[in-house]
Amino acid sequence: MTGTVLEVDGLSVDIRTPHGTVRAVDKVSFSARRGRTLALLGESGCGKSMTAQAIVSLLDPTAEVAGGRVVLDGTDLVAADEQTRRAMAGPELAIVFQDALTALNPVYTVGTQLAEPFRIHRGLSRKQARREAVDLMARVGIPEPETRVDTYPHQFSGGMRQRLLIAIAVALSPSVLLADEPTTALDVTVQAQIMHLLRELRTERDMSVVLITHDLALVAEQADEVVVMYAGNVVESGPVREVFDRPRHPYTKGLLDSVPVHAARGDDLKSIGGAPPDLHSIPSGCVYQDRCPLARDLCRTCRPEPAEVAPGRTAACHFSAEVK
Amino acid sequence: MSTLSDKAADGRPATGSDAPAGGAEPSAPARDSRVGLWRMLLRDRVATAAAAVLSLIVLTAVFGPLLVGSAATEQHLDNTNQPPFTFDDGWLGVLGTDPLGQSVLARLVVAARTTFSVAAPAVALALAIGALIGMWAGYHRGLRETLAMRVADIIMSFPSLLMAVVVLYVFSPSVANLVVVLAITRIPVYLRTARAESTELQSRLFVDAARTFGTSSSAIIRRHVFPIVLPTLLTLATLEFCYVMLAESSLSFLGIGIQPPDVSWGLMVSQGRSYLQTAWWLTFFPGLAIIVTTVSATVLAAWARLATDPAQRWRLTLPRRARHRTRTAPAPQEAQS
Amino acid sequence: MTHTADTGTVDPAGPAGEPLLQVRDLTKTFPIRSGGRTRRLRALGGISFDLRRGETLGLVGESGCGKSTLARTLLMLERPDSGTVRFDGVDPFTLRGARLLQWRRRVQMVFQDPFASLNARMTAGDIVSEPWRTHKDLFRSAKERSARVRQLLGLVGLRAGDENRYPQEFSGGQRQRIGIARALALDPDVIVCDEPVSALDLSVQAQVLNLLNDLQRQLGVSYLFISHDLSVVRHVADRVMVMYLGGIVEQGGTEAVFGRALHPYSAALMSAAPSLDSDGRSEQIILKGELPSPLSPLSGCRFRTRCWKATDECAAASPELTPDPDDDGHTAACFHPMGEGAEPVPAGRGAR
Repeated sequence: MTGTVLEVDGLSVDIRTPHGTVRAVDKVSFSARRGRTLALLGESGCGKSMTAQAIVSLLDPTAEVAGGRVVLDGTDLVAADEQTRRAMAGPELAIVFQDALTALNPVYTVGTQLAEPFRIHRGLSRKQARREAVDLMARVGIPEPETRVDTYPHQFSGGMRQRLLIAIAVALSPSVLLADEPTTALDVTVQAQIMHLLRELRTERDMSVVLITHDLALVAEQADEVVVMYAGNVVESGPVREVFDRPRHPYTKGLLDSVPVHAARGDDLKSIGGAPPDLHSIPSGCVYQDRCPLARDLCRTCRPEPAEVAPGRTAACHFSAEVK
Repeated sequence: MSTLSDKAADGRPATGSDAPAGGAEPSAPARDSRVGLWRMLLRDRVATAAAAVLSLIVLTAVFGPLLVGSAATEQHLDNTNQPPFTFDDGWLGVLGTDPLGQSVLARLVVAARTTFSVAAPAVALALAIGALIGMWAGYHRGLRETLAMRVADIIMSFPSLLMAVVVLYVFSPSVANLVVVLAITRIPVYLRTARAESTELQSRLFVDAARTFGTSSSAIIRRHVFPIVLPTLLTLATLEFCYVMLAESSLSFLGIGIQPPDVSWGLMVSQGRSYLQTAWWLTFFPGLAIIVTTVSATVLAAWARLATDPAQRWRLTLPRRARHRTRTAPAPQEAQS
Repeated sequence: MTHTADTGTVDPAGPAGEPLLQVRDLTKTFPIRSGGRTRRLRALGGISFDLRRGETLGLVGESGCGKSTLARTLLMLERPDSGTVRFDGVDPFTLRGARLLQWRRRVQMVFQDPFASLNARMTAGDIVSEPWRTHKDLFRSAKERSARVRQLLGLVGLRAGDENRYPQEFSGGQRQRIGIARALALDPDVIVCDEPVSALDLSVQAQVLNLLNDLQRQLGVSYLFISHDLSVVRHVADRVMVMYLGGIVEQGGTEAVFGRALHPYSAALMSAAPSLDSDGRSEQIILKGELPSPLSPLSGCRFRTRCWKATDECAAASPELTPDPDDDGHTAACFHPMGEGAEPVPAGRGAR
């Protein structure tokens, strides 16, 4: 595909727990293109954040990549050595976390933290780096950057801290920006500001944005493509409009139906029964079988692989044609 | 990341559905969360050993003096400073004798009772008073908290031994006075801990929930604060037990604690100190008794801390070595969505 | 109200016209000590509203707007500085002893965090029956009590066998069901739901919303439903209030407020919330700047520092809630409500 900068192919992640090793991410594949936003959508525990952590090699010590490739501009990050990965973190690949307060170091001024990527990767002097930091702060919409560059993270509001994190992430104009629930902790008006900023930066720097979120509406508004995950597996992927207009996997359908729609105010929502499976007891067949209205014998024995259901769209369901 | 840690927490396969009643599996057979504490204790060998040792020591303290009779005070000046593990003089000499020819074993047994009768009530008294005031102050905050903390600070800032010396010189050095003095000087330790936890707990949502039912403060403290603070305080108390024994020995050494011919472990340690070069067993065995008691109590307290917490209890099913590891690295976190 | 199975329908409106809960001019400030001097943080600046029997009143607003303080004040967890609360004609803040306990039974709360709001050392059964340990007169025997616990658990969709399990053995959604069962234990007339579903996953959120809906139909309780999630509020609420910086800026019927917001803040809030069907929507209003500090109250309108319609008038006087000419029940506190004359497009918008 043209403009593909990040290709994730069959990525699997295992976690060691007191009760044995479990697979938290199971053969996840997708590709992200320049200037576009790809959304990884799923509920808590579905493995979307772990996928992001695996891509940027920031997995917890108890978790490890069990297979697959993460190809960024021709380099396989999984196979690459530590040094190569470190050299690519920043200029090629950057991540924005959900919790902006813990992602910033409270004992350094924001200026120092913003200047860090410039000093490490570009070898700029303290003074030059500081100037870059001020420019960057102005760019992400922080008022009075000249004076605020010497203040500490706790002196910023949640929205402003998130802007700072974005500033650090885009400092070296990476090709791919992963945003892990970047606005979950923020209010909607602030969320709108942040998402607006991310879109501007994406266009301006021709980045590929990978947005990791549980918010369907945010995906509908912000993303071009969506990858829906459930219990560590990709269940459906494709262009957002098409997937949301006509889902081909019963889980995607169930999620969309769970969104409160004002037209049916006061009526019962269509909810998905049950809860996602625990990673220790993911069923051997289809991961969604326990909650699926379409489930039958085949689903209990054989796990469906993602199959193309339309050009550019895949769904991992034996009966995707029946999803209405 | 609720699902994984949930299941890690109860250590059982998924219970699955969140669905209203229908379609749910029958309650799993092993669901009885209140497995007898006794059975749980027996499953943990180290804790069982600690409990056994501790019971033995307590039994010795209670019934031992009856067995050894007056042997602890019988002087045999022809048989002084005998090294241990000689059976020439029967089983009483197995741990050696002191400069007055008294049996160390017999003295240890008798001293166990004295030691416990001072340390146990002193610790219990300090724990009870400190915990009550601490929880009360921490729960109500404001003036009450400030007042309690300042009083604690004053007690703390005054060297506790000095205070004990003054008090015991003024009043007579009896066991009761010793207990009271030791208790008072150690109250702030419990008070501060209880206050800190209680302050944190009173802002928790389940405490707010209890307030919305109109539950009185004392009932909330009893129901929601005390059970959570208690394990911490008990762990603290086992450490304090050791401290109090040593403090008592210092006072005894100064002549204002246990008065000879009564004897306590601490007193034995301090009396034997001058013979360290020539008769090591005089200090070694009472010291060992103190250490074994404290370590056993600490192990048992650590076990009890886990066993009484339904959220932590599952750890006891793990091999001992794995417990700490899983405590520091819980089930991998994923961003809470 | 009896404490047996109360599954028959309860009169939805009660005595017509008389609101169950009447709040007038409620204010609350908190002392904040900073740098040696004490300043007062204004959390509630004159809140007035009515809650009718059997209705769901939605309360939306962003963090720091005072909605949680309002909830806590209504539950008497905080004491207001001034203003009155009347519940069925009685001011609960004047009550003492047995009469206060009696009042407590009628107003209950469901908390946001289903993890923190349940004591992890108590079983589900203990948690649900906890209110009765204070209200001892409700049941004569332990047998009655445990029968009622099982009934409540069944009502919220849990199994009777669940009563011996501890909170951490349940999923988030199930925990919230326990919290709801506890709130129902005293048969309240009003339940204040403080972000009851915001900690839950979407698919589970729908289950809990459905449960709340069912319970209202069965028991006739009124809800004050606090949420930052506009789509949830729009789904469950009959009427809606919008709060900003300690004040109500707009209130009215749900469809009126969501369909045609009068206050610029409500309009910005609603346009900022992402929605699934974003195709045909008008341009997003992106607010400039940040929430002003509640430590230094503004003169005039509380929203004027971020409002693209603000004029001198807005700084000089503070607007009162005034009804919309077309709709009596729809009020907004704004001198320049939306929808009159040409709309200046606010700077910054999200284009697709």
